[in-house]
Amino acid sequence: MRVDANHLCTFSQDLATSVQRCDTGAMKKLINDAADVVSESLLGVEAAHSDIVRVDHDQKVIYRKSAPVAGKVGLISGGGSGHEPMHGGFVGMGMLDAACCGEVFTSPVPDQMLAATSAVDGGAGVLHIVKNYTGDVMNFEMAAEMAEGTEVATIVVDDDVAVKDSLWTAGRRGVGTTVLMEKIVGAAAEEMRDLAAIHALATKVNATGRSMGMALTSCTVPAAGKPTFDIGDDEMEMGVGIHGEPGRTRLKIASAKDVTEMLCAPILEDLDFKGDVIAMVNGMGGTPLIELYVMYNEVDKYLKSHGVTIVRRLVGNYITSLDMAGASVTLLKADDEILKLWDAPVLTAGLRWGC
Amino acid sequence: MQVTVSAVAAWMTSFADVVHANAAYLTELDSAIGDADHGANLDRGMKAVVALDASTFDSASAYLKKAGMTLVSTVGGASGPLYGTLFMRIGAALPADGEVTPAILGDALQAGLDGIVARGKALVGDKTMVDALTPAIDAYRGAESQGVPAALAAAAKGAADGRDATIPLVARKGRASYLGERSAGHQDPGATSVTMLMESAAAMHVG
Repeated sequence: MRVDANHLCTFSQDLATSVQRCDTGAMKKLINDAADVVSESLLGVEAAHSDIVRVDHDQKVIYRKSAPVAGKVGLISGGGSGHEPMHGGFVGMGMLDAACCGEVFTSPVPDQMLAATSAVDGGAGVLHIVKNYTGDVMNFEMAAEMAEGTEVATIVVDDDVAVKDSLWTAGRRGVGTTVLMEKIVGAAAEEMRDLAAIHALATKVNATGRSMGMALTSCTVPAAGKPTFDIGDDEMEMGVGIHGEPGRTRLKIASAKDVTEMLCAPILEDLDFKGDVIAMVNGMGGTPLIELYVMYNEVDKYLKSHGVTIVRRLVGNYITSLDMAGASVTLLKADDEILKLWDAPVLTAGLRWGC
Repeated sequence: MQVTVSAVAAWMTSFADVVHANAAYLTELDSAIGDADHGANLDRGMKAVVALDASTFDSASAYLKKAGMTLVSTVGGASGPLYGTLFMRIGAALPADGEVTPAILGDALQAGLDGIVARGKALVGDKTMVDALTPAIDAYRGAESQGVPAALAAAAKGAADGRDATIPLVARKGRASYLGERSAGHQDPGATSVTMLMESAAAMHVG
């Protein structure tokens, strides 16, 4: 990277702005105590959705109220908190049986996955749906090793095309495809397919789903009290991860049309999506729906001009990064089997149709 | 030579104190190339380890295994499984009666490192705690003939050298790896905390 005087000047101005922001601007969040955010939000989840879920507050696990369902493969996911509605909002009929909630942006511990694994085992085994982040992978792996008496299969989702060189990194991150997978695999589990079939389906979804995201602002982790990264008022981070990890490049902010091309082109370069797809235009938490619909319009147009037809879609905040402003695009190839499972009934706090 | 429960409990207490005092520093290092939680997470885990009642364990081996499990259960992230595995493997490699030679203690440390490599799949040069722990054990082996205190002192020095050598490296594992070239120029937080662990070990009384 070449650094010239202009860049340095901009950088020091940005730094000055951000330092000022950190010094003067207190974190503005609707919380009581930063240390209690996860546990108090779980109390709220239980109070709001007791028709769908129950919550183990000691282990910080959200369970489908009717779990374990006899004869059904149990589906477990989890990860750091701060990505709501994923995963707790996707617990219920037609999706997950349990979501293990870690601290904000910190993976849950094996004890949680172990407790959830035995609690949702209806006799047909359990699938762990894990996003490819080092901590998540290791903690789920330890839980799977410790699980006794339950057959456990694991799918690691790694769909983020922003990570270019998988050989020299921890590999592609698991992001938006996770949401679509939880819906599709959840519907298949309701059909009482066996664990091997469920695992094969999850593998297929992972192989045919791709995502890329961008950020306009940083997020602020409650316990940290200041923005995770500094970004200028006129800048955006292209290819950002769901914890504010850096992406491919830092650029000057661009129009929704141009941003759409920057998100979709790498996805289409990575995998040939010609034909039908399920698309998700996802908000990172701090971007209003009106902007997401502006983005959706651009995504729809862009894909049409490249021979890709959206046949099902989600537009909204599904896999978020606290208060980060920005968006991500996820595409998943849609064949008849995938569409049938997508259209099947689902009843969760975050996604519900057909029932 | 005896490795007693009280000796390893003192080691853990000393490490916990250093981590607590440096929690903000570790988090600062982590915020540059990771996710800004290493200090807070390790501090939380080591507080839970120190809260274990050492008098209820009949061997250093059993105590360290429990310390490892405690870290796994309380830390989360990548450092929980990695530090947890380190302590569990060291504990498992110590004889139940605590009778050790310098070579046996070195083997136990090596078992801990092997466990971390198996769990995290990081190699030397990937900019992780392995980059501090590997030269620490090499240095221990080199000074082994001079007895445990000298070997542990050498290990602490080796760890610190390895930690400093992580600064120019480009991360290839963990969340820092997503930075690519941008991770160069930053000291690895995991290599930093594991150096604190080896420095605390050098102060441990084994006799």
